[in-house]
Amino acid sequence: MSQQIFAYIAHKNGKADDTALELLVAAKKIDSSASVTAIVAGPDAVCSEVAASYKEVWKIGIDAYPNAEVIRRALVKVLPKGAIVLAPHDTFGMDLCPGLSVKLDSAYLADAVGFEGIENGKLKVIRQEYSGMVSTHVLCDISGGAVITVRAGSFKPDEAAGAGGKVLDKTGDAGDLSETTRRFLEIVEAEAGDVDITKSEILVSVGRGIEDKDNLEMISDLAKAVGGDVSCSRPIVDAKWLEKARQVGTSGKTVKPKVYMALGISGSFQHMGGIKGNPFIVAVNKNAKAPIFQFADVGVVADILEFVPELTEKVSEMK
Amino acid sequence: MEILVCVKRVPDTSENEIAINKSGSDIVRDDLVYSVNEWDNYAVEEAIQIRDKVGGAVAVVTVGEQESEEVLRREMAMGADKGILLSDAAFKGSDGKGIASILKAEVKKGKYDLILTGAQADDGAGQVGGMLAAMLDYPYASLVNKIEVINGKKIKIGREIEGGNQEMSEIALPCVLSIQTGINEPRYVGIRGIRKVASVEIPVHGAGDLGIAAAAVGEGGAKVKRVDYFVPALGKGAEMLEGSTEEIIGKLIEMLKAKGGIK
Ligand SMILES: Cc1cc2nc3c(=O)[nH]c(=O)nc-3n(C[C@H](O)[C@H](O)[C@H](O)COP(=O)(O)OP(=O)(O)OC[C@H]3O[C@@H](n4cnc5c(N)ncnc54)[C@H](O)[C@@H]3O)c2cc1C
Ligand SMILES: Nc1ncnc2c1ncn2[C@@H]1O[C@H](COP(=O)(O)O)[C@@H](O)[C@H]1O
Repeated sequence: MSQQIFAYIAHKNGKADDTALELLVAAKKIDSSASVTAIVAGPDAVCSEVAASYKEVWKIGIDAYPNAEVIRRALVKVLPKGAIVLAPHDTFGMDLCPGLSVKLDSAYLADAVGFEGIENGKLKVIRQEYSGMVSTHVLCDISGGAVITVRAGSFKPDEAAGAGGKVLDKTGDAGDLSETTRRFLEIVEAEAGDVDITKSEILVSVGRGIEDKDNLEMISDLAKAVGGDVSCSRPIVDAKWLEKARQVGTSGKTVKPKVYMALGISGSFQHMGGIKGNPFIVAVNKNAKAPIFQFADVGVVADILEFVPELTEKVSEMK
Repeated sequence: MEILVCVKRVPDTSENEIAINKSGSDIVRDDLVYSVNEWDNYAVEEAIQIRDKVGGAVAVVTVGEQESEEVLRREMAMGADKGILLSDAAFKGSDGKGIASILKAEVKKGKYDLILTGAQADDGAGQVGGMLAAMLDYPYASLVNKIEVINGKKIKIGREIEGGNQEMSEIALPCVLSIQTGINEPRYVGIRGIRKVASVEIPVHGAGDLGIAAAAVGEGGAKVKRVDYFVPALGKGAEMLEGSTEEIIGKLIEMLKAKGGIK
């Protein structure tokens, strides 16, 4: 039996997110004969954009800021029993989906990076644990439906568009769309820092491996020597050792340098999600199994506290 | 304000290399150092700060085996008033829903205004908080990085969204929030603090005490089951530089020059 799969489309400023096409690929990977319906809680512009690749688009006419509580209520009303729902594993998906699965009484599977077919009503899924240090196969019983969040970038979209899909307005079935117990107030934009790392060509990026605030000096010394800027992973900002504006990743800045040096950074997907434009990545990490070595072009297994000062010295000598 | 914080004992990845056993059935656990999930520490710190400001009490709760008591004690040493261990052979193998339904049963025994979880734990799911809220029919917000108490009925919260922007909302109490790192600076806990709470009694509640049907939780009740662990196929994989440090640095500098990495 072919599955009925729904893809929740994230959008911003009237444009569908990149994950819109990725979810279609993911759905076909679950079941190549599935009928896949896009769900857009938002404006017509996004619906028609998405209809170019999905054969069917369900519109829920909400023009307010997306509130997971409101959208969950609407989805519970419009979705058929036993539905399989895909959504991006982003900050909205994380807000919406665990509770949605409870209300739909279906299975929940977070942050899928691969699908390996269905056997006896169980979907075989690939996930990661320990921020990417190991992968796992997981069996998810989808016989009573499932809500699955999918990691961005895991399913490469094919170019094939021109689905000429139809848009069905389901707003009438969605019930009350007003905010009740959680009321949106405003968006506070991230503060700008004294450097704009999104413009840097060379980034010397430091992670938790630096161990102590005082050691950061060796990182800025290296940055100076190579003519780059210092950026970092999230724990460095959490510890208030560097300002938020220097954080690379999904909850930080998206950078597109020519060269990215990852020093004592493990390579979590939230960090790597902020590195675009296919830079030359150099990773230095004392753990040969760190996931960063899967993404890097060149790797060195070393203690950065020893390696970085030596590298800085040699670079300076050479100049 | 009565606050409950859910905490989990996990392998400390900054202290351990995670290796997979021969059959792929589990990670090698023999020499692992465990600690409290990083995100949960921020949640407990936040709860303590709220209590110190507006009064009330902070309880910490975990679903786990006997060893999980140590993380409760650690959080009590931080300043939590009470620890509760939810433990039963029937809980073993629970999926996220199982854990959430066990926690729900404990929540129902008390009277909490605010329930905090971490944004995610060791397997990166980020699911238990949202599920618990839905099961309780409480409002929920994930990835919270700011809390401001308005009154006994509602609070103002910030959620961290993409790009580090912050989504501000008002949310009614009682509610469940999952806490993001960076919301505060969790206080240091010394050996002395841990010793102080070493003999405090920690109640243990099992399936019977919580009125949970054993078949609804544990491996039998789980719709999601891990089959095995494996080492991911290396993407393109880095070219690893080898040799003496001097040789490595020599090669690296050549590459950096070629790629525009030295100005
Ligand atoms: C919703 C959400 C959003 C997030 N957004 C971001 C984001 O935008 N950016 C981000 O970076 N993270 C983000 N994170 C956090 C992310 O999941 C990881 O926790 C984080 O990226 C880990 O940072 P790290 O690599 O510096 O630390 P760790 O994962 O602790 O890695 C430290 C690395 O340093 C190595 N090391 C230790 N000592 C040394 C030494 N002396 N020499 C050499 N190597 C050493 C270790 O082997 C390890 O690989 C987010 C998480 C969530 C839940
Ligand atoms: N066994 C557990 N006991 C108590 N709380 C848990 C447990 N597992 C997860 N949690 C809570 O749920 C949060 C998110 O974990 P997870 O959904 O497993 O990624 C954690 O930070 C904890 O607050």
